[in-house]
Amino acid sequence: MTILTEQHAKTLLKKVLSFSTADECECNLDGQEGGNIRYARNTVSTAGEQSDLTLIVQSSFGKRMGVATINEFDDASLKKVVRRSEELAKLAPENPEFMPVFGKQKYTSAKTYYDSTANVTPDYRANAAEDSIKPSKANKLVSSGFLQDISRFTAIINSKGLFAYNKSTNVDFSVTIRTEDGKGSGWVTRDYNDIKLLNTKTASQVAIEKSLGSVDAKEMEPGKYTVILEPAASVGLLGNMIRSFSQRSADEGRSFLSIKLKDGEKGPTNKLGQKMFDERVNIYSDPQHPEAPSAPFAGNGFPRNKVNWVKNGVIATMPNSPYWAKHTDATYVPRGGSFIMAGGDESLADMIKNTRRGVLVTRLWYIRSLDPQTLLYTGLTRDGTFYIENGKIKHPIKNFRFNESPIVMLNNIEALGKPERINGNMVPPMKIRDFTFSSLSDAV
Amino acid sequence: MDRRDFIKLTGVGAGGLILPLSGIAVSAEQMLDKPMDVAYKKKLADIALNAAKAKGATYADVRIGRYLNQFITTQETRVDNIVNTESAGIGIRVIANGTWGFASSSNMTPDSIAKTAEKAVAVAMANSKFQTVPVQLAPVKGVGDVSWNTPIKKNGMEIPIKDKVDLLLSVNDAAMANGASYITSILFLVNEQKYFASTDGSYIDQDVHRLWAPFFATAVGESGFKQRTGLGNPVGMGFEYLDGKEEDKIRISGANVGYKNSYDMVEDATAAGKQLQIKLKAKSVEPGKYDLVLDPAHLMLTIHESVGHPLELDRVLGYEANYAGTSFATLDKWKSGKFKYGSDIVNLVADKTQPYSLGNVGYDDEGVKTKEWDLVKDGTLVNYQAIRDQVHMIDQKESHGCCYSQSWRDVQFQRMPNVSLKPNKKDISAEDVIKDVENGIYIAGRGSFSIDQQRYNFQFGGQLFYEIKNGKITEQIEDVAYQSNTQEFWNSCTQMAGKSDYRLGGSFFDGKGQPSQVSAVSHGCPTTRFDNINVINTARKV
Repeated sequence: MTILTEQHAKTLLKKVLSFSTADECECNLDGQEGGNIRYARNTVSTAGEQSDLTLIVQSSFGKRMGVATINEFDDASLKKVVRRSEELAKLAPENPEFMPVFGKQKYTSAKTYYDSTANVTPDYRANAAEDSIKPSKANKLVSSGFLQDISRFTAIINSKGLFAYNKSTNVDFSVTIRTEDGKGSGWVTRDYNDIKLLNTKTASQVAIEKSLGSVDAKEMEPGKYTVILEPAASVGLLGNMIRSFSQRSADEGRSFLSIKLKDGEKGPTNKLGQKMFDERVNIYSDPQHPEAPSAPFAGNGFPRNKVNWVKNGVIATMPNSPYWAKHTDATYVPRGGSFIMAGGDESLADMIKNTRRGVLVTRLWYIRSLDPQTLLYTGLTRDGTFYIENGKIKHPIKNFRFNESPIVMLNNIEALGKPERINGNMVPPMKIRDFTFSSLSDAV
Repeated sequence: MDRRDFIKLTGVGAGGLILPLSGIAVSAEQMLDKPMDVAYKKKLADIALNAAKAKGATYADVRIGRYLNQFITTQETRVDNIVNTESAGIGIRVIANGTWGFASSSNMTPDSIAKTAEKAVAVAMANSKFQTVPVQLAPVKGVGDVSWNTPIKKNGMEIPIKDKVDLLLSVNDAAMANGASYITSILFLVNEQKYFASTDGSYIDQDVHRLWAPFFATAVGESGFKQRTGLGNPVGMGFEYLDGKEEDKIRISGANVGYKNSYDMVEDATAAGKQLQIKLKAKSVEPGKYDLVLDPAHLMLTIHESVGHPLELDRVLGYEANYAGTSFATLDKWKSGKFKYGSDIVNLVADKTQPYSLGNVGYDDEGVKTKEWDLVKDGTLVNYQAIRDQVHMIDQKESHGCCYSQSWRDVQFQRMPNVSLKPNKKDISAEDVIKDVENGIYIAGRGSFSIDQQRYNFQFGGQLFYEIKNGKITEQIEDVAYQSNTQEFWNSCTQMAGKSDYRLGGSFFDGKGQPSQVSAVSHGCPTTRFDNINVINTARKV
């Protein structure tokens, strides 16, 4: 077993600390157990079960720090990893930005663990795959999918009395269903903490409909279009933007959130408090969110609570490091575990109905940064792109490459729908005007 | 990035790239002094193979791995992290009822190994209910007890920490003194000690080393900021790669220095600082059609994305459809024997044997001896990349030997070997290639890259862009990306330099599969010309 109880983890970590001779010592213990199944060409391809437990030891002497990891847990191995981290610390030069570890903290609770997911068997996975393959075959389609269930725990202890523990489960399912002639392709993904919420048969039906509906796509000229982005289509751009929030990068002039001051000029060096997006944009993190919970502490044991990153279109908070917070006399705010973008009540169907002319996008693929200053990204649509006319899906269209910035996207909002869980986050479907498609792709 | 994020990025946190060695004293700087005894590994492997067979497996293989990493991260004048990681465990793969099963564990007691083997068989049995086509393996003759190791001259793990830190800090100093405002420099050292055994009768012990020393520099100016990453490459070499020998430097007049089999990181950082200052004021490209001259440190990534991935047979057949996608290079195109992937001068080869390359090993992760083979010959598509359970689907009898797993923890599957563009038979220089271009752009270093799920439409950026007018490099320009279609692009290839200019580039973290695994792969090529390519301007006002 590599999923330790809180008490077991604490006992083990206390033993590790007892071997430390450093000024400060901090240890992370991460365990995971799980299984997966892959299928393709309507049959199972590979599957497996994995388990591992890793200990990370960080030791410091004054401002010198070293880190070592191991995955064996006899006393000799534990002593070895502690000694190795201490040797590395002694060899390291002093880090002028060194910060001491935190003392004891208080945490909120987060419902991240479900026995239902932890108890999944190979037979369950095989049947879940078959529930997806069978309707594909019945429709003369070809499915390839993946289901993975994982139980994890993470525990942290340090020499100043901090201890934190969280246990979580997660299941990810996705399937791509293509026509036999390769002219149509549909896709769907679902992820939950509780596997009881997953039904691979009904989820696969979405991919089947998109696959059948995307056959014989027509070409449209690249250009600016009103788009309806399903949550899977915008989560990549939003996630990249949220990851680019950093107070330090902004203050140092190397972020889209920087304010460049002229020589001798005084004033704020970042865009905290500035309105950058449509006022309907609200993005936050909340470990206790019922549909997208996350661990209530960061990797250094500091508590994670609800925090607004964007409030009514205004930059509300930028995460920072303990050092940068101290250096700039700011509050330390760690990054969130997941993000939630608020939306409205409108369904995807309502959005389509209310659109005179536009493009429905299932997902975006291979998103890469072009310019971190403007957050300009490129990538492509995939697995179901449709032309909407007078409130109805008129026909499938060929995939586009886009060159667009989420800053522009979040200033061009026409409507926001009801948020859905996607990759552990909550994202609404969005209707965006003037989204830039730069070229056509022949890929299906 | 803090060390926890970093550990996760490198896969270490998930047990990806590391491993330990129970009860043996290992100092921080010398982690390699006592590898696990081969006879003991053989004993453990036999326990797994016998347990799998006893439960009904018709085939089994086992990988006992010990993975050591060291990474050192510095920023400007400080050292952020010095991290040593170690992870050991066993991965067991079986065929039972004609179906694959896999299980892995970090617990390597004989009892746990037997149970892990039984678990792998149980997974195979459960899945066999829905298996419609039994697994068919190309035969491999057992090789008995053999060993192989990366031919390194200086083991990076044995170089004193101080020397490594001093190198990185001198790199940072050089960049900052010459125009960079910020810089992060990193040293990654990887050592995979892996032992493979199978019911075919092979017991293969391999010691694989890789190294990568990237830097990321930024300059902040009045109009914003610009970035420049290092032009060095990840390699299958020891610390000797960082010797920066003069004979390994290729100087392009008016542009950059390219590096062959060793890298002068301080020299490159010095150039980066100066080039960043030019970037801040450089002319923005006029969009349109240009003849492109691509240096090897750039073209390697274009090869990776537009040749390496589309010619993976599992992608072509649909096994990767749910993740990275399928391929335009379908079987009918290959069967025709006439599909012009590129112009007549384009010859692309796959291998797992090239010295200094990331893919270089003696045997792949299913015990197949490695080799070189043609993918595109004189412009025509002639083969794919395939492993034991795939080659029969293209009417071949022998695996290509390109099966790989990132760790003991994950199942092995088809991964990209080195895929390289052969140089011009006439040994002309990069500058010879440039001198015939009237209106073009020379691009060095890898930048933004994006390609569709069937590998038709792609868009690539770079690190350094130079205008070429009437055969001469005139000035550095900015905001360049080119968009093309794979087949059109390779058919527009009109010239390339010769073997003296041939260099290896590479990727340390190529991602593929579900669950996703990383793999390190090299791509060799000379400086090469492509005509009439669509260039866009990536500057945007927001």
